[in-house]
Amino acid sequence: MPVIYIDNKPYEVKAGKNLLETSLSLGFDLPYFCWHPAMGSVGACRQCAVKVFKDEQDNNGRLVMSCMESVKDGLRMSITDSTAKAFREQVIEWLMTNHPHDCPVCDEGGNCHLQDMTVMTGHDYRRFEFKKRTYTNQYLGPLIHHEMNRCIQCYRCVRFYRDYAGGDDLDVFGAHNHVYFGREQDGALQSPFSGNLVEVCPTGVFTDKTLKKHYTRKWDLTTSPSICQHCSLGCNIIAGERYGQLRCIVNRYNSNVNGYFLCDKGRYGYEFVNSVNRVTIPLIRTLPVEAVDEATVLGHLKRLVTDSPVIGIGSPRASMESNFALMQLVGKDNFYQGISEDTAYLERRMVELLQTGAVSSVSLKEIEMADVVLVLGEDIWNTAPVMALAVRQAVMKTAATQAVQQTSLAAWHDAAIKEFVQNEKGFLANITVIASPLDAVSTVAVQEAPDHIARLGFAIAHLLNAAAVPPVPGLTEQEALTAKHIAGALQGAKRPVVISGTSCYNEGIIKAAYNISLLLNRPQRKAGIAYVLPECNSMGLAMMKAPPFEAAMQSVKAANNCTVIILENDLYRHIPEGRADDFIRHCKNLIVLDVLHNRTTAQAQVLIPAASFAEADGTLVNNEGRVQHFYQVYMPANNCIKESWKWLGNIQTMKAAITNGLPHHPDEWLAALETALPQFQNIAKVTPPHSFRINGQPIPREPHRYSGRTAMLANISVSEPRPLQDNDSPLTYTMEGYPGIPPASMTPYFWMPGWNSGQAVNKYQAETGGELREQDRQVCLFQQKEQDFFHFFKDSPESFSARQGKYLLLPQYQLFGSGELSIYSTAIEELVPQACIILSAKDAAELGVVNGASVTIEKNDLHYTLPLKIHHELCSGIILAPFGYRGIPALPWGAWVKIIV
Amino acid sequence: MERPLTQNIHAGRQPLTLKEYTATGGYTALQQVLKNMTPGEVQQLVQESRLKGRGGAGFNTGMKWSFVPMGEDAPSPKYLIANADEMEPGTFKDRLLLEGNPHQLIEGMIIAAYAIQANISYVFLRWAYKKAAQALEQSIREAYHAGWLGKNIMNAGFSLDMYLHTGAGRYMCGEETALLNALEGKRATPRAKPPFPQVSGLFGKPTIVNNVETLCCIPHIVNKGAAWFQNLSYSEDGGTKIYGVSGKVNNPGAWELPMGVTMRELVEEHAGGMKKGYRLKGVLPGGASTDFLTEQHLDIKMDFKSVTAAGSRLGTGTMVVMDDATCPVGFVHNLQHFFAQESCGWCTPCREGLPWVEKILWAIEEGRGKEEDIELLQMHTQLLGPGNTFCALAPGAMEPLQSAIKYYREDFDRHIREKKCSY
Repeated sequence: MPVIYIDNKPYEVKAGKNLLETSLSLGFDLPYFCWHPAMGSVGACRQCAVKVFKDEQDNNGRLVMSCMESVKDGLRMSITDSTAKAFREQVIEWLMTNHPHDCPVCDEGGNCHLQDMTVMTGHDYRRFEFKKRTYTNQYLGPLIHHEMNRCIQCYRCVRFYRDYAGGDDLDVFGAHNHVYFGREQDGALQSPFSGNLVEVCPTGVFTDKTLKKHYTRKWDLTTSPSICQHCSLGCNIIAGERYGQLRCIVNRYNSNVNGYFLCDKGRYGYEFVNSVNRVTIPLIRTLPVEAVDEATVLGHLKRLVTDSPVIGIGSPRASMESNFALMQLVGKDNFYQGISEDTAYLERRMVELLQTGAVSSVSLKEIEMADVVLVLGEDIWNTAPVMALAVRQAVMKTAATQAVQQTSLAAWHDAAIKEFVQNEKGFLANITVIASPLDAVSTVAVQEAPDHIARLGFAIAHLLNAAAVPPVPGLTEQEALTAKHIAGALQGAKRPVVISGTSCYNEGIIKAAYNISLLLNRPQRKAGIAYVLPECNSMGLAMMKAPPFEAAMQSVKAANNCTVIILENDLYRHIPEGRADDFIRHCKNLIVLDVLHNRTTAQAQVLIPAASFAEADGTLVNNEGRVQHFYQVYMPANNCIKESWKWLGNIQTMKAAITNGLPHHPDEWLAALETALPQFQNIAKVTPPHSFRINGQPIPREPHRYSGRTAMLANISVSEPRPLQDNDSPLTYTMEGYPGIPPASMTPYFWMPGWNSGQAVNKYQAETGGELREQDRQVCLFQQKEQDFFHFFKDSPESFSARQGKYLLLPQYQLFGSGELSIYSTAIEELVPQACIILSAKDAAELGVVNGASVTIEKNDLHYTLPLKIHHELCSGIILAPFGYRGIPALPWGAWVKIIV
Repeated sequence: MERPLTQNIHAGRQPLTLKEYTATGGYTALQQVLKNMTPGEVQQLVQESRLKGRGGAGFNTGMKWSFVPMGEDAPSPKYLIANADEMEPGTFKDRLLLEGNPHQLIEGMIIAAYAIQANISYVFLRWAYKKAAQALEQSIREAYHAGWLGKNIMNAGFSLDMYLHTGAGRYMCGEETALLNALEGKRATPRAKPPFPQVSGLFGKPTIVNNVETLCCIPHIVNKGAAWFQNLSYSEDGGTKIYGVSGKVNNPGAWELPMGVTMRELVEEHAGGMKKGYRLKGVLPGGASTDFLTEQHLDIKMDFKSVTAAGSRLGTGTMVVMDDATCPVGFVHNLQHFFAQESCGWCTPCREGLPWVEKILWAIEEGRGKEEDIELLQMHTQLLGPGNTFCALAPGAMEPLQSAIKYYREDFDRHIREKKCSY
């Protein structure tokens, strides 16, 4: 390892890095703006200047930008050199000539990288006496507030928005000291990653518009480490509360999962927690006064669960603890998944395939590092957006990595690499039903019917190993060519990844993805597979291997006197409405626990308010099999709102009339889960015991600058209330507690002396952009194992052909609109695309319908009418309808339906 | 005295057609190169001629070419670009060559392209040079027609395409890497060096950007040899130089003279001395981004080394004369206004520092200046130096300012003291 001298002290450092990231990794404070660990260096802001000396004798040195100089063995540099310090201070003074002095009314104040850097350089006196330049702000949609006067022109926003995330509607305009970062005209930002601008911008140009409506300073937030609930990826987030309201979501860095970025559904979908649609009071609808207290409802429930046979319906969006608590309450044989048979079957298949250990279930980080990516069938832009962002990075990085190998360019030198690479990209084959924005960076982009996608997958597998997988009969010439092209790229890859998922309702695709991944896995080539599932804990629920909804239906019908407990699950989202109605009709007693009111809760005889993720502790298993725990952000003032696992535990305690041996805390539930279901071995390891302390101290959720503790409730009582007691986790509702860096999974905020903004994450990393210093144990429930025997699927589906007068109905997922919870966030609601039915141009022409015409889907007694949208690239014989939209029930996905025009 | 570059250029005359150019011995150098010389030999010849870049930096042209990767493994395509984005205030020498004899440039470009084995070439032309654009377009068409451009030129196995690109009017595009970005359709911000364009230039491929005047020298060097070219000069830098003088002189203009004539000869002989009633107060020897020199420097030689030794730069070799009736503060303010406006907005010191400097100078000029302002201006001249900023624009802008404060300090002080401009 090279040794460099910083202010005459030697340090062993990593080769291939620049001096800025090296200095930061060593713990030095060095100000910067334009550099970003995920985006590299461009040398624009000139803030990170240091002196570099030729040798020991050189006393003059040369001022350089530390972000633009590589580490060299023996290099001598100075951070404290007076010229360098003066220059860094001057850069701030220059930036401040036009920056408004509006910190007190700026949303970034106290969470502002520019403030931190200003203080760091020591600039404190203004010599510029002229007028500041001003700009007009733009309306950028419901998510981002724009305040251009604050801009310091670091160019990070456009570099993130355009280069990193592939957006094209934000740009830099103008020149000299009047450059403008915005849109060509006012309008909502189109990229689903626009929210990251809030964190990428070092000052208050782009701020969170939803936070603005119920604004709280960073230092006044009570924050907890949490996990995003809006898709199966499990991005790590920090959620913040004040006055019993969830205020904002920011990214929580995890080098293996989401890194620095979130999607907009994850960042802005939180407002459902504050929604008026929340279930807040226990209701017993058979009583004249429905609203009851906790004791009454528990007494009532005790009777219901003792008098008649009880079955439980689990949930793909409830935590492991809650699902398991329900299973414990009703017994393993009476626990069902609350999802359709088709989805349950596909998910079970995925679990089985991943459990073989023959293929490697990859993290988002590993996807980002892939050199060839094949997406089979899944519209990841809409169903797993951060995975789409990772795939984009894989494609861009492959070319960059090659450039670094071919030339003397340094990997951090973003501008030079982009110039050298130009339009070169890694190989991405995006084979989907409907076109995706990801196609813009795809080498091969094909829109096909699910069966054809599967056949293409089988054909690729056959080309990879003709002995293992038989040829696919009846391939067209074009399909054969495409398969050959993709198989060739995969064969030449070092780290290929195959992605697929449930959204095509097609088993063949899942098998084909498995075949390809398995065939690619060689000692010299580590291939990975990623399956995308519908909900945040779909994988966890699937791994419980409970029977699907249809089995519950049979049980309920057979017994006819069942008490049914539905856990955080709107049946109408998963099951076509006729069948859901039928099911509910056959329940003797229907008990529903949920967060928001929905069609299922409306029919509950007993409705129990469940805590949302913000008010709960719980554990999720993401699509990869990664176990992640989320911690309660705040205790609801309404003590009827409890975690489902707590309610279910209480019911069980009442039923059994004993308390001994029953789990009370999340860690105990997980330990019990491990014992009951061995496939969850190690799941309890990610969550420390609730009694865990560091040096006897809990981890404070409130930062050291938290204000108003004695005043917040002074209108009610002048004496300071006792802090709330969190008995379920090592986190506490106080400012007091362990002052150091807590274990990564329990980090409630990123904050260091001198680093008040989120950029403090540098200080939590062992190396900038690398793993967190206090990375604790991470558990993936799927482990790759040595195999002596490989099983390949040989049964490629038959060729898809349009049927006379019938169409294959498939779901169209929308990032904004398909989410059950996020749709109750007002900002997201504004962005939901209009619900429509999508047909191919050919089919529309045959039916004689045009864009906007009313089209009705008919299947048995179901009729559903929506306006038509024609997609030219869609395969004929397929009809797409919106999935999960509010007011649009589940349709018979994967079935052949008729169309009435 | 030989004037190889301008011998066939005459005021008021149309540009030479291909036929006329050929009649003056045009394209013989190219034939010679394609028939008898290897690319390496051409590079060697140009290096030996001591031709230094005429765009202002004064780097040995042959040496610059030698950094381009050659051979079969070299990345392709390679590019040769003529920087005809002449926008340095006070500079109009390339315009003379472009409007007068475009084929001379084209021949130089083809030879240069051959020397680095580039197959695509561009002329990046200042938008306002409409006449030059017409002449170039016509000449390129003629050259294609005659087989000097296109596939397999003269059956020598070398192919070259040439395109004329007119810029959108930014001073920044004269900086070679910003020029490349502009040519790629991107914002005209400069690029960090390294990597140098010779290795990763236009579209990420090896690229040479040469000034128009530099390229126009090439055919003559080939025709008459390196020794001849060196002997044209009065100094160690080879060749002639097109010098220009503007300001209140009797005969402003541009002349091709041996490299290294004295400033006095230029001003007094060729420019005919100062207009009646005016005294020479100072000169910017090589365009707006060079340090002032004064009367005491008139006897220095106008070559790269001598002007540098006197504390300025030869730059483009086209001097701006400041007379004694012009306010130096107002003069420098005018320059800083230009530079502040032409800053691309990429790096902080230039984007924010130059407008500040401009505002201070205007305040002084208007009588609102304060004593501390001089200190602030001096601070900028130091901190906007080379290396501190992303490219050479701001350091160039600081050259006339720092030297103005040095030579005309009393003018600045008087503005501040008397709270007005007394010019």
